[in-house]
Amino acid sequence: MTMLSLSSSPHHHNRRDIGQVMRLVCYATIPGILANVWFFGFGILIQVVLAIITALVTEGVIMELRKKKTERVLKDYSAVLAALLLAISIPPLAPWWVIVIGTFFSIAVVKQLYGGLGYNMFNPAMAGYVMLLISFPVQMTSWLPPFSIAEQSHSLWDAIHTVFTGFTSTGFSVEQLKVGIDGTTMATPLDEVKTALLQGYTVTEAKSHIMFDGNYGKGWLWVAIAYLLGGLFLIKTKVINWHIPGSMLASAALLSLFLFLLDGDQYASPLFHLFNGSLIVGAFFIATDPVSASTTSKGRIIFGAAIGLWVIIIRNWGGYPDAIAFAVLIMNMAVPLIDYYTQPRTYGHKNKASKDS
Amino acid sequence: MFANYDKIIERISLNQLWDFPGGVHPPQQKTLSNQSSIEYLQVEKTYYVPVKQHIGIEGKLLVCEGDKVLKGQALTTSEAPFSVPVHAPTSGAVTKITNHVSAHPSGIPELSVIIDADGQDTWIELDPVPDYAKTSKSELIERICDAGISGMGGAGFPTHIKTNNSKPLEFLIINGIECEPYISSDDRLMREHAWQIRQGIDILVHILQPKQVIVAVEDNKPEALETMSIACQQKINYQVVSVPTKYPAGGEKQLIQVLTSREVPANGLPIDVGCIMYNVATCYAIADAIVEGKPLIERVVTLTGEGFKSPKNVWARLGTPIQSLLTYGDYDQSQQSSPRFIMGGPMMGFTVTSMLTPIVKISNCILVPADNELPHPEDERACIRCSACSDVCPASLLPQQLFWYSKAKELEKAEEYNLFDCIECGACAYVCPSEIPLVHYYRQAKADIRNQKEEKEKSDKAKIRFEARKARLLKEKEQREEKHRLAAEARKASLSTDGGGTKDKIAAALARAKAKKEALAKQEALAEKEALAKQEALAKQAPHIADLAESEKTKAVSVSEVSTEVVASQTAQGASPAKDSPEDDAAANEETKEL
Repeated sequence: MTMLSLSSSPHHHNRRDIGQVMRLVCYATIPGILANVWFFGFGILIQVVLAIITALVTEGVIMELRKKKTERVLKDYSAVLAALLLAISIPPLAPWWVIVIGTFFSIAVVKQLYGGLGYNMFNPAMAGYVMLLISFPVQMTSWLPPFSIAEQSHSLWDAIHTVFTGFTSTGFSVEQLKVGIDGTTMATPLDEVKTALLQGYTVTEAKSHIMFDGNYGKGWLWVAIAYLLGGLFLIKTKVINWHIPGSMLASAALLSLFLFLLDGDQYASPLFHLFNGSLIVGAFFIATDPVSASTTSKGRIIFGAAIGLWVIIIRNWGGYPDAIAFAVLIMNMAVPLIDYYTQPRTYGHKNKASKDS
Repeated sequence: MFANYDKIIERISLNQLWDFPGGVHPPQQKTLSNQSSIEYLQVEKTYYVPVKQHIGIEGKLLVCEGDKVLKGQALTTSEAPFSVPVHAPTSGAVTKITNHVSAHPSGIPELSVIIDADGQDTWIELDPVPDYAKTSKSELIERICDAGISGMGGAGFPTHIKTNNSKPLEFLIINGIECEPYISSDDRLMREHAWQIRQGIDILVHILQPKQVIVAVEDNKPEALETMSIACQQKINYQVVSVPTKYPAGGEKQLIQVLTSREVPANGLPIDVGCIMYNVATCYAIADAIVEGKPLIERVVTLTGEGFKSPKNVWARLGTPIQSLLTYGDYDQSQQSSPRFIMGGPMMGFTVTSMLTPIVKISNCILVPADNELPHPEDERACIRCSACSDVCPASLLPQQLFWYSKAKELEKAEEYNLFDCIECGACAYVCPSEIPLVHYYRQAKADIRNQKEEKEKSDKAKIRFEARKARLLKEKEQREEKHRLAAEARKASLSTDGGGTKDKIAAALARAKAKKEALAKQEALAEKEALAKQEALAKQAPHIADLAESEKTKAVSVSEVSTEVVASQTAQGASPAKDSPEDDAAANEETKEL
């Protein structure tokens, strides 16, 4: 008698595996990255390449040490994605060792020391980002102005040169590249407004700076829109749910609207907050990291909304101009609690609350 | 919380249904098999009729080896409320009554009547009901039982139990959803035999007196919708409803939710929310039993998948080995690197362990997928907590939490997360990007929990017995001592009245009494020892039984090890759930409730 082949039901699978999911997220960052290249130069591409190489090497070595199937693990693209997200979060011309150290930390410490994919409590990219921000504040805040208002433009070769040596091929330093056409050193729009407010200016006065185009930082608006497109693509393809980005953007918008209505001189408008800084990237690409986010539908709404609130709170009253990383990490810690209290009502069961009463 | 009767009627007449949470849309693949009429098979040489093909207990055997039987003759009879008889699929001789591989994931052999056909295919004398409307309900229900009918949609719940309802019934729901991909047996049955299905419904209406009949058909079966609508158009309180295609809309609980917005309470029955549901094939069988007097001896089986050169639907007699069906559908061996035959659909079906596995009352499909059609799953990866599983769970469970607790053997936690509300539809595993065989883990955990409970019950019983015995022994001892004391007192009394002359006699009597007492004490010690030994044996027995079961399960598992590394690795982690198919679970719940 022939031996029959056995398997457990279901025998069907929709054939979308982790690797595919992670790759789709990677693809969805492409519009944002291209916009970034357009406005700020090739630096971001170099960071992405460095990050991915570091991530693959780090993950590969650890897999070998842990005696796992290295190739299979690398093919899940989770390390690539974490590296990619870290790379697009740091200043494009940061020295090469910044992204290498950051990626190594993300993969080796935040992800693998916790047990590898699926077991890390914190978002690897954001934990890496915060480590870098605290350790190397100067390098991590050296953002460039968009080409349209920069005194110096730089080529791909310049970008490579700067990342590896600190100077362009023609000898300019990052500090010099940061100088705008008005002769002053440029900061990010969020930073500019924050500094101006501390110096006693109003938001409107701060936005009269050359880097602004109405409400939005020149270049930054388009980068944000490009990431928004990528994010909508992810929702459309059901890679992510609307819950986290939706609630995160909504809560950030509502809180900033409330503050704006309270005192428009002190607090920027919701649109300013949404399209400056990394709120959009954070909402669609960072906070949606499945491993470290909440797992229930209600929980994801709470998780996202709380991140949105933290972002606006820290932006307005904290020490840092932007706050996605901090907000996400804070809420990562709250996930077990959120999950426990947001269990859905099972079919045929009464609500937990009505059961108690 | 739930919609009332009028609201439901209004919504249904407007075809505005409700929805159930989650669900998936796997490729339908129905057209593979539903293009041509149901075909009749030639009479087989040999049939293997398992005596138990439903949820409950088997009937009492009526035949012996060597007996001649006619087609439709009862092989067993229903003695207990939950037993359902089986019948001879053709005329011939009972060659053997023995254990034969079962139509169950484990394939564990079950008692079966093996019949060699004589080729005449002679019916037993049929005894139809001339006019069911003039027949008492109890007689009709008895006939349904005697015809061997149990739910044919998958659960195999005894139909006569379900039909014997005394609670007020609002909706009699006829399930023609057939939501599993590939399967088209109900589809073809509705297209070709809508009128007989309607007859079955009429009989049920006569017995159950519902306020409204809803015939629910998924909207991917427009032809069946049409034929059923035509068959039911004269009846004002029969409504044929087109239900949006989504898996598992055909699940009893899900369909009730879609049609009425009501939820069957946990550990409850559909009747608790005013509903009773029958599969269309069951209605057909009921009409056969009452109007024609024919017992259930055949059913429509879909032969499908790219492993068949000519996929189709056939009328297969119960007891037909799937080997014959493979021949009938032109099984193409070149499509499969290693033979794999699925009984049921791709979502909830199981792989059979033998070519001689028989068709039973709940077998609606034999699916033979080509290698690349339904590929074996890869090794599972780590759960990335993406919650795709909870997004598709129709019971609103948290499948990944259930998975963690099941895998970690934190069974109490798993139960707390309502593990037993899982209907094992497989939607979660279908979407899992880590390809974790989630349902498999749940089955294992359920089996483990059941085993634990059984063992606890056993040990509790043993404990009670032990305590009772101890108390009895103590009482006996006390009684003996009392007797001795009384006897001694009596002797003392007689001594004091007798005086000194009898001293020698007394001394002798005392010596006798002492010897007797010693012997008694010895005996007692022996009895105590024996009791202790017995107790130990009893305590040992429980784990011993478990061991036995375990070894049987490993046997079942070892088959899979050879063929698929994956399955083997999964099953090896714990005992394979030998005896519980998903439908069993649901129905087993029902069963305990009814009992």
